[in-house]
Amino acid sequence: MQRAGAPLDLRSLALGLAAPLLAIAFALLLASLVLVGAGDPVFSTYRLLLDYGQRPRSISLVLNSATIYYLSALAVAIGFRMGLFNIGVDGQYRLAAMTAAWVGGTLTLPPGLHQLVIVLVAVAVGAMWAGLAGLLKATRGVSEVISTIMLNAIATGLVAFFLRKVAVPVAGSNNIGTAPIAESGRLGGLPLVPGSPLEVFGFLPVAVLAGIAYWVILGRTRFGFDLRATGRSQTAAVASGVDVKKMTVATMVMSGAVAGLVGMPQLLGASYSYSLDFPAGLGFTGIAIALLGRNHPVGIAFGALLWAYLDVSSVILDIEGVSREIVTIMQGTIVLSVVIAYELVRRYRLRDEQRRVARQLSEATSSPAVAA
Amino acid sequence: MTAVPEHQSRTVQPELRPRARKLTPAHMLLGAAGLLVLLSLVRVLTGADDITSAGTTSAALGLAVPIGMAGMGALWAERAGIVNIGLEGMLILGTWGAGYAGYLYGPWAGVGLAVAMGAAGGLIHAVATVSFGVDHVVSGVAVILLGTGTAQYLSSVAYEGVPGGGDTQSPPIDNLPVLSVPGVGGPLGDLEARGWFLVSDVAGILRGVLTATSVLTLIAIALVVLTWFVLWRTAFGLRLRACGERPEAAESLGVNVYTMKYVAVVVSGAFAGFGGAFLAIAAASAYREGQTGGRGFIGIAAMIFGNWRPGGTAAGAALFGYADALQLRRGGESVHALLLLLGVVLVAFGIWLILRGSRRGGITGLVVAVAVLTWFSLVDAVPGELTGLTPYVATLLVLGLAAQRLRPPAANGLSYRKGTSA
Repeated sequence: MQRAGAPLDLRSLALGLAAPLLAIAFALLLASLVLVGAGDPVFSTYRLLLDYGQRPRSISLVLNSATIYYLSALAVAIGFRMGLFNIGVDGQYRLAAMTAAWVGGTLTLPPGLHQLVIVLVAVAVGAMWAGLAGLLKATRGVSEVISTIMLNAIATGLVAFFLRKVAVPVAGSNNIGTAPIAESGRLGGLPLVPGSPLEVFGFLPVAVLAGIAYWVILGRTRFGFDLRATGRSQTAAVASGVDVKKMTVATMVMSGAVAGLVGMPQLLGASYSYSLDFPAGLGFTGIAIALLGRNHPVGIAFGALLWAYLDVSSVILDIEGVSREIVTIMQGTIVLSVVIAYELVRRYRLRDEQRRVARQLSEATSSPAVAA
Repeated sequence: MTAVPEHQSRTVQPELRPRARKLTPAHMLLGAAGLLVLLSLVRVLTGADDITSAGTTSAALGLAVPIGMAGMGALWAERAGIVNIGLEGMLILGTWGAGYAGYLYGPWAGVGLAVAMGAAGGLIHAVATVSFGVDHVVSGVAVILLGTGTAQYLSSVAYEGVPGGGDTQSPPIDNLPVLSVPGVGGPLGDLEARGWFLVSDVAGILRGVLTATSVLTLIAIALVVLTWFVLWRTAFGLRLRACGERPEAAESLGVNVYTMKYVAVVVSGAFAGFGGAFLAIAAASAYREGQTGGRGFIGIAAMIFGNWRPGGTAAGAALFGYADALQLRRGGESVHALLLLLGVVLVAFGIWLILRGSRRGGITGLVVAVAVLTWFSLVDAVPGELTGLTPYVATLLVLGLAAQRLRPPAANGLSYRKGTSA
């Protein structure tokens, strides 16, 4: 068995990589067709994307965006592993960021503790908001897809409402935001990219730690095993003593807790207050990236970097007169073709396996006959 | 796929079904009449005249159409067993199509292209879910991304630099005719202005429905009836619904399940496209980026609210449209008045649940009712940001209280491969 396993592993690795690569190639092809159709130059567009994305400043921006996307995708992936769709990361993160910013701007605490309190508040609020959907599902059987969508809309309204109650005008614009967090509660940047005028969010290491924690908890603990088992087969999990209702709530709470972190890089490292211009739609980006990365912490990291790279380098297109939305089309196509490609690879693997087993079986039955 | 659709897996236990009484048209009419009396009472008690005014009704009707069309789209797809979260993307494609053909060739061409674009979005979803067996919610999310990106890209290509248009907006589209039943507007308006109990309310609602109604609204209402007829009164509809309940059984009777699912999802997209056309042509007279505002999702909620039935879906859409319209018409005061109504209805519902033996649900209902009534007595008007939340909170409440009584199609959201058994 051991001997047969080694070459096959290589083969399955190649198959695993084939899906995303095929999907990206297909997305490039489709985007090229769209560009040709619109009368835009194809190759110089891609050269622009490539060149601009390699500048040190762009790399800093990519790392910053990727940090945020990574956390969002991780939050979604926790739900996915149990077969739960947390479409509400968007609302969870914004409600969490707003509350955390308000608490952080009101309190004065020594450095270290201040940041910790802000992050903990965000985690708690995110966990609570997602936990609502978990509770509704566990106790009343409400689909979490619908309830999280509704909770997103409600969070948007609540954020607008509370912001108006506690807001102060943001200096230099007609935007309103929470009171800025004092120096003691901020998180300095890291000069990771040589030659870049921009520093990378100080929250990046936290995102990496979150990824490691995700891998350890889901892959190496009893809780994670129960969670994945429930995702694979609910009936089998119940039979082996898993309390599915409890797991549903726990998974949503964990997913929401990570979602609470999504706003932190921006809040602690750049804006220091929550205002209405915090981006919406990060939850959807997270879903897309979790799918790209197959819910694997390393895969998600690659997905987040790719997504951020496309986002950042699309800025140059507008300046050069090509519509930057071509990048959104590419992102959409990549997601759709990746999931289709994974499905095709899965089917191919299944057939391959069946054939291999059939061959082994026929060998096993025919060889004794020869010996006899 | 790692992501197993959960949307459908806890359906109502079959043993509940014989107990569920059939809701006849007479019951519905009785319910509607009761609601009207309650609304009228609340209006007289609180003086919030806008809760039954012609203006509110007319606005509610207009706002309900796109939600209802998305809901019908969701109904078509889910009745054939395909969950269609991508409706939002198809709605967006529809608004772009209506804007483009609308300003070049007139509003009817706009409707045509919108329906075609929506159907194309549905086709993508069908290819992914039916042919490739991709998880339905996953594919739907991808279709939303794709639809959003495509519409944004196409609008910046097609509308930028055109007079009256821009990067995120199409040039204005001519509106379609607005119809009124002749000779009723004046008298009904007089009656409405009297402020009589019940009579003025009926007059206001009738005036809102009968005067200044867009042709597209009438088509939308006809499409709801058509959906009911096709899905519940024809052999084709029976086969389509069979694919959503027991695809293996349908296959064994010679129904081509794949074809049926394809048709259903493409029609679903076409409905969303029509909803997009309504938004762009009748509601805004132009394509604008972001004008769908999540109505695709609300449509799905309306369908669940309506228990996967056309009439119920339409009622759900009307409720959402009404809640949206109230915001525009002195929202704080109107929604405040409705809190009273909600409180009373919840008290009745809670007592009914307790009488039926479901003590826990009943007590939950009563607790919420007390909270609502306390809020009503403490404030004079609901703040503007919160009135907009009415439909979402209502959906959560309804789902939380009644999810066990809903019955989605049995094979909804499951991947079907020919020749495999469930």
